[in-house]
Amino acid sequence: MNIERLVSMANQIGTFFATDPDADAASIGIAQHLASCWAPSMRQALLDHLDDRNGEGLVPIVGKALRDHRERLAGRRGHP
Amino acid sequence: MSMHSHHDRGTPARVSSRQVTLSIDGMTVTVPAGTSVMHAAAEAGVDIPRLCATEQLEAFGSCRLCVVEVKGRRGYPASCTTLVEEGMQVATQSDALFRLRRGVMELYISDHPLDCLTCAANGNCELQDMAGRVGLREVRFADGANHLTEAADTSNPYFAYDPAKCIVCSRCVRACSDIQGSFALTTTERGFDTRIAAAGGDDFLASECVSCGACVAVCPTAALMEKSVIELGQPRRSVTTTCAYCGVGCALDAELQGDRVIRMVPNPAGGANRGHACVKGRFAWGYATHADRITTPMIRSSIHEPWQAVSWEAAINHAAAEFRRLQEKYGAESVGSITSSRCTNEETYLVQKLTRAAFGVNNVDTCARVCHSPTGYGLKQTLGESAGTQDFDSVMQADVVLVIGANPTDGHPVFGSRLKQRLRQGAKLIVVDPRAIDLVDTPHVRASQHLKLRPGTNVALVNALAHVIVDENLLDEAFVAARCEAEPFAKWRAFIADPRHSPEATAAVTGVAATELRAAARLYATAGNGAIYYGLGVTEHSQGSTMVMGIANLAMATGNIGRPGVGVNPLRGQNNVQGSCDMGSFPHELPGYRHVSDEATRKQFEAAWGVPLSGEPGLRIPNMFDAAIGGSFKGLYVQGEDIAQSDPNTRHVTAAMEALECLVVQDLFLNETAKFAHVFLPGASFLEKDGTFTNAERRISRVRKVMPPLAGHADWEVTQMLANALGYPMHYADPAEIMAEIARLTPSFHGVSYARLEELGSIQWPCNEAHPSGTPTLHETEFVRGKGRFMLTEFVATDERVNRRFPLLLTTGRILSQYNVGAQTRRTANTVWHPEDLLELHPVDAEDRGIRDGDRVGVASRAGETVLRAKISERMQPGVVYTTFHWPGSGANVVTTENSDWATNCPEYKVTAVQVSRVEQVSAWQQQYARFSAEQAALLKDRSGTKAADAPV
Ligand code: SF4
Ligand code: SF4
Ligand code: SF4
Ligand code: FES
Repeated sequence: MNIERLVSMANQIGTFFATDPDADAASIGIAQHLASCWAPSMRQALLDHLDDRNGEGLVPIVGKALRDHRERLAGRRGHP
Repeated sequence: MSMHSHHDRGTPARVSSRQVTLSIDGMTVTVPAGTSVMHAAAEAGVDIPRLCATEQLEAFGSCRLCVVEVKGRRGYPASCTTLVEEGMQVATQSDALFRLRRGVMELYISDHPLDCLTCAANGNCELQDMAGRVGLREVRFADGANHLTEAADTSNPYFAYDPAKCIVCSRCVRACSDIQGSFALTTTERGFDTRIAAAGGDDFLASECVSCGACVAVCPTAALMEKSVIELGQPRRSVTTTCAYCGVGCALDAELQGDRVIRMVPNPAGGANRGHACVKGRFAWGYATHADRITTPMIRSSIHEPWQAVSWEAAINHAAAEFRRLQEKYGAESVGSITSSRCTNEETYLVQKLTRAAFGVNNVDTCARVCHSPTGYGLKQTLGESAGTQDFDSVMQADVVLVIGANPTDGHPVFGSRLKQRLRQGAKLIVVDPRAIDLVDTPHVRASQHLKLRPGTNVALVNALAHVIVDENLLDEAFVAARCEAEPFAKWRAFIADPRHSPEATAAVTGVAATELRAAARLYATAGNGAIYYGLGVTEHSQGSTMVMGIANLAMATGNIGRPGVGVNPLRGQNNVQGSCDMGSFPHELPGYRHVSDEATRKQFEAAWGVPLSGEPGLRIPNMFDAAIGGSFKGLYVQGEDIAQSDPNTRHVTAAMEALECLVVQDLFLNETAKFAHVFLPGASFLEKDGTFTNAERRISRVRKVMPPLAGHADWEVTQMLANALGYPMHYADPAEIMAEIARLTPSFHGVSYARLEELGSIQWPCNEAHPSGTPTLHETEFVRGKGRFMLTEFVATDERVNRRFPLLLTTGRILSQYNVGAQTRRTANTVWHPEDLLELHPVDAEDRGIRDGDRVGVASRAGETVLRAKISERMQPGVVYTTFHWPGSGANVVTTENSDWATNCPEYKVTAVQVSRVEQVSAWQQQYARFSAEQAALLKDRSGTKAADAPV
């Protein structure tokens, strides 16, 4: 799946939660949103992007959420 | 006059805490104070003759046929305009009354053609009935001046006006003003020369008339008559069903001869419409039997090959084998489905069940993705339930109505009429819209405020409204303290109080002056019951979900929630979009909005369905497209949706369609999506099946079959066959059984059954042990999630910004006579009102570009370019252009981009940066579209193989 698009969608989510003055709460919010609304393959593609290309293009708060909650967000590889 | 007019009690029912007892022809009757003598008599079983009165309208007292005698009073008062009084003694029969009524009738008939035998209303005419009732035998003034030779007005495609048959009862005039609110009819002259005329034009078609049919429904004679009745004769039987167009969900009576529809009339008992309808539901049903209907299943191996007509069995087996092949080759997740917001709840439920249980994946989505998915998300986060909070009746108790990003008089016409009724009674109106929609200034209605914001700045605006409410101490502190979570509220209060949200600060972004915005906020917060109604102008933005939360915050902050007259009311687009969401059409939610990861719920469904279910969300529609282009998504089952026309960035969508190895489309017509399909399964229209639809008020109403399915099967049967062919058994005998399963598995539907619907007419969910008759108003004593939760709603400008290359903002919408992608309405006479999609632009922008009204203009965005004709309009603000998307060749969605709501991926249809210029010919996309459509039409025409009739399953 087109990684630029996933990155920009993730950044939009990050921007919404970034308003929360509590950084940990924001990180949990992002992770929860991704876990509950994104197919595992999309989450995994984002994690792979974090590992392979150091999350290029991701806003820091999303990178933090992905790292903080990697376990929860990991999905199967390959699809789609 | 419809078939149910025979139960008309003459004047509207009244509600009062005080009861009045009187005697009518010696019978004692007790009715609420304020009731007319005529209505009270009807309650006592006495039907007083009448011509100008009908239960649908306030009494007018012009015909004097309904005279009665009241003991102790002189003269003969009209019973329709005389109100009951305690102890009143009324006589409806006497020699004097008999003579009076006969005299009145004689005058009427003397100016009426006596061609009853050949009249379209014969057998169903109130004038004829009354002549019989009053014993009219001779007419003495027959040779005097009359209107018998006046010409009929047949300009409206659906009804005709024959002035020769008009008795000038003015029911039509009153229906148009009081019910519809269009004021399109007037009475001209006085006395003998009094006539009815359409205002603002030479004839009905050219007038202000919006063809709602209210006048036709109340006309007691054949003066205003449906052309279908004139042509085919009076209907013989009637079946109550639900309109298959918009989310108002009007109850309609299909009046029939055998199984042929003669006309559709609004049902006065309809909970959503209270006896009213619009041009779509009332008249635009001819598509159901249009010659373009495809009634034979078809298959082909590539989209450039001719179709092959095959038996149902062959088509279903082929589709099933293809899906299984794809899953084996590319993995289980390589397939998915799209459910339809135009199909019934039962059908939608089966498609998501097939996807989850037979495909074994959660890749199921619905067109709500592209319209109200942010409503589902935003309201669930704040209030705890993904649905509007009120019934439509509630608007009659509102004191101030805030309409945001919705155009009810076009998109939800029957609600629009209801709203106008309340506004004429004095409720205040605030409109938030980039365009001057009709409501802003329409006969006898004028908005107190029109906040004409720039597209894409909703959240800044709603934050400014909230800021004023906090800043000026207009909060309902007691409500917030009792009903909402304290900590999120404290956070929100601090957030919203920041000066960056003040109207003075946001004016530069929104384009709305601070004084106007402050006035609107004060009005909403202080005028009494404040009700918010919103539409796709709220949801279809990159911050759609944020805006929905902002709206919920506003309602909670002012205590405008949890009782009649207030609330947060999404006006849902398609007839069953609420239902399709309720039924578990989202990839992350099982029926009843329960997340797939919720173990307890999943276990329950696993036990009922006999298969393990995935606890991870599936792909949404745009994710499916991206995955198809990426090569991992290969098979799609689409029931009753036209994603190739309705979804944004058409070229991206069609690239995805072309990347699929198996696209199965189930539809009435070879729609734009079906042009890319490999299997076509004929669909059934709403007239051909049983089921239920759920409207924007959560109202579940029955859809009843009035004719057998043209292709032999209702849509639920087809899904069932496909499931069986996939090896997953489904054996429902009828939709009632499907509803029984839905009710068993969904707490908010526990009390719903076809038997209960029969009893109550319609039911607003939740309907369960706690609410056995349904729930008109949500969140009455506590929010569905317990306490309401305020959310932080920072404004984030969309990435879609104007620049030198694309200096204008395009926003899209819809109009009254056409519906969505137009597949249905384009196949009716509604095209006389909207033969093509136009580009509306402000005179200044037009002048800058040398564009004149009617010129061909190119509209280009970073996604694509299309060509439309220009319509220059003061409704627009400079810098903003507007179009509709009802005609596929217009290519409005070639221009829209893949930008979407952060939370739900609902596309940002409402904001696209474009440039507009005069051009000489259609765009490259349009040329290519025309070629492709011609190719597909030829491939359809050349179809080979068996006919459905010879190939039963
Ligand atoms: S057209 Fe019909 S409803 Fe209107 S005034 Fe004439 S008879 Fe009455
Ligand atoms: S059809 Fe509706 S809008 Fe037109 S004249 Fe009749 S009542 Fe008025
Ligand atoms: S389209 Fe909507 S308003 Fe019109 S009749 Fe149908 S449900 Fe009612
Ligand atoms: S029905 Fe009462 S005056 Fe016409």
